[in-house]
Amino acid sequence: MARINVLKTYKNFIGGKFPRTESGRYFQIKNGNEELLANMCLSSRKDFRNAVVVARKVQKSWQNATALNRGQVLYRVAEMLESRKSQFIEELMMTGLSKSHAKNEVELSIDRLIYYAGWSDKFQQVFSSVNPVASNHFNFSLLQSVGVVSVISPNDYSLLGMISVIAPIIVGGNTCVILSSEKNPMASISFAEVLNTSDVPSGVVNILTGKRKELLSHFASHKDVNAIIYCGDNNQEIKEIEHLSSENLKRVKIYKHKNWDHNSSQSPFFIETCQELKTIWHPNKV
Amino acid sequence: MSNIDLNKIWNYTTAKESKDHILLKEKYDLFINGKFVKSKSRKYFNSVNPATDEIIAKISEANKEDINFAVKAANTAFKSWSKLKAKERAKYIFRIARMIQERAKEFAVIESMDGGKPIRESRDIDIPLAANHFFYYAGWADKLEYAFPNTSHEPIGVAGQIIPWNFPLLMAAWKIAPAIACGNTVVLKPAETTSLTALKLAEIIEESGLPKGVVNIVTGGGKTGSEIVNHPNIDKIAFTGSTKVGKLIKRSIAGTHKKLTLELGGKGANIIFEDAAIDQAVEGIINAIFFNQGHVCCAGSRLFVQESIFEIVVEKLKDRMSSLIIGDPLDKNTDIGAINSKEQLATIKKYINIGLEEGGEIYQKKCSISEKGNWFPPTLFLNVSQSHTIVQEEIFGPVLAIQTFRTIDEVIEKANNTPYGLSAGVWTEKGSKIFKLTKELNAGVVWANTYNKFDPTSPFGGVKESGIGREGGLHGLKAYLKFK
Repeated sequence: MARINVLKTYKNFIGGKFPRTESGRYFQIKNGNEELLANMCLSSRKDFRNAVVVARKVQKSWQNATALNRGQVLYRVAEMLESRKSQFIEELMMTGLSKSHAKNEVELSIDRLIYYAGWSDKFQQVFSSVNPVASNHFNFSLLQSVGVVSVISPNDYSLLGMISVIAPIIVGGNTCVILSSEKNPMASISFAEVLNTSDVPSGVVNILTGKRKELLSHFASHKDVNAIIYCGDNNQEIKEIEHLSSENLKRVKIYKHKNWDHNSSQSPFFIETCQELKTIWHPNKV
Repeated sequence: MSNIDLNKIWNYTTAKESKDHILLKEKYDLFINGKFVKSKSRKYFNSVNPATDEIIAKISEANKEDINFAVKAANTAFKSWSKLKAKERAKYIFRIARMIQERAKEFAVIESMDGGKPIRESRDIDIPLAANHFFYYAGWADKLEYAFPNTSHEPIGVAGQIIPWNFPLLMAAWKIAPAIACGNTVVLKPAETTSLTALKLAEIIEESGLPKGVVNIVTGGGKTGSEIVNHPNIDKIAFTGSTKVGKLIKRSIAGTHKKLTLELGGKGANIIFEDAAIDQAVEGIINAIFFNQGHVCCAGSRLFVQESIFEIVVEKLKDRMSSLIIGDPLDKNTDIGAINSKEQLATIKKYINIGLEEGGEIYQKKCSISEKGNWFPPTLFLNVSQSHTIVQEEIFGPVLAIQTFRTIDEVIEKANNTPYGLSAGVWTEKGSKIFKLTKELNAGVVWANTYNKFDPTSPFGGVKESGIGREGGLHGLKAYLKFK
């Protein structure tokens, strides 16, 4: 008799732990033959709020980590993903990708992590400025992380899309709470296992699985979230986000494009999106 | 010859700036498509001198039809203005800068008459900074590819710009200069109580030969503003004003193609440590809160004094307040002018009552106040804490709430514990403390051993509920470009 495979239980990733949704609900992911692949957590508002609490708690210390350190942490994530490459290729193939597509997506994901790891101690030099004011002051502007970011992750490119969005967020010292691809959430939770075995501090990245329809409004309206990134092109959803984010003047960034495998989907401007410019003055005349 | 009595209080003799050389029309129409035109509403409202209650001019109230006309003119102008060679765009803007400088005195006097600010401030700060702002952005027009390397960008289109009454001409410059330098066209609405210098700027724009429709200036109140915000052919909204209205604007343009920048309210923390140069710090604290009668979004309205120097600082502040001169905005000796409007005066008084009801201990400078006009004395509140309304909410007047602290971590926590994040100040002679504080204070602008300084090259703007985006400097260009 053939060996019975052990199936993985996919749970949320909050504060470095893998809790089930507090709501006790689930939704099913099936393959093309309508065979069950996994029961995923159908996360609730409460799960999101719990995740924001931990993301806020750890934000300042992550922001205060050195740029070098954040770069090395991202590099470590890439190393961990590389070592589990075949697992991710297999998982993406289970959900319908061809072998070459799956391989390409995983490899690009690793490369994208390396790309942003390298930016950690450089983007500041690109975007900051010394401002020649017409008075006796030294004046400069630099970037600082915006804080806690909520992310509606791309539906397509469930792994590469999510990594392309979160790598620039966290390399800039922010923490985030992510709603993973609704269509294909399995890879996001497997990626949480990668994060958990690299040196990303608990709570810096939190990943929930669930339905956009249920969670979008909470991601947009939560008062302790500083920015929201939405990936998609549903105009009704975009309007809702722009409307609800007014409550605390959350920064809103919409990524409508879908070509996450393209080189144009990586640049330091993705980092700058989740940064605030701070300008500092000091007299230079004694 | 009598001996000089050193024990007597010496008063400054009046040094009033002359109004003779200024030109004001009785009535001002709207500036649309390169000329002054009558409003379709046929309605006018009064612009009042807040120091004397005199009506100084009648201003048109633009209605929906007028805004349509202005947006149409701006849209048409955009087609050619955005295609014009950038170096030629620059020359128009340089020319506007120069023409403001040439007429600086006239502008300063009108600014003080219309808004109530001391002539010393309008002459030395508002008007020169406005001219410099045009000069600065003029130079950017043909250099934009160096501002954002490796990107491709283009102007956005028609910018609807709504500005406040606290720095009327300067805010117009902050809005118009970067917008047109980047190739956009503009429909700008000054605040209802301070339209005059924007309309005088329209005269300069007309004389400068700037192509018609590139800058349109429409006057009116909140209703006129909402016609701009909601106009379908406007591509970008830039607003400076209250957080409440900023949120409304963001909400009302949700789901549209409009881009948005907001400069909103603040409750700036000004922190003085025991190792500060105390006399300089006291001067800075006075300037932080009483500059422009406290009608400053980045005013240092929350003072945090380290406990060990609390008594001496408060004593010195009271001393310094006693020598502040409150009165005629046109007098060159005046430190504190008139409150901008009756409405704002009522708001300040409302907060004073709340402060007293909640148990705050008030100290006000004693001064004789004219019966005409809107006046409010410089005011301190002691014995207040984080939960007091006057510590949490923006008053936009000459009212300082003073609290104490013991440790650096405590004061960072207190300073950041607000929905606002526009500005902050820190006073200490210790370098590492300055850098610790400037890093940890969550604000868009941090002044160390200085306060309330502005410059065209220096980006300005807030975090959290103090706004979105920056104005000024290289970074201020971003708000007026569309990136592909």
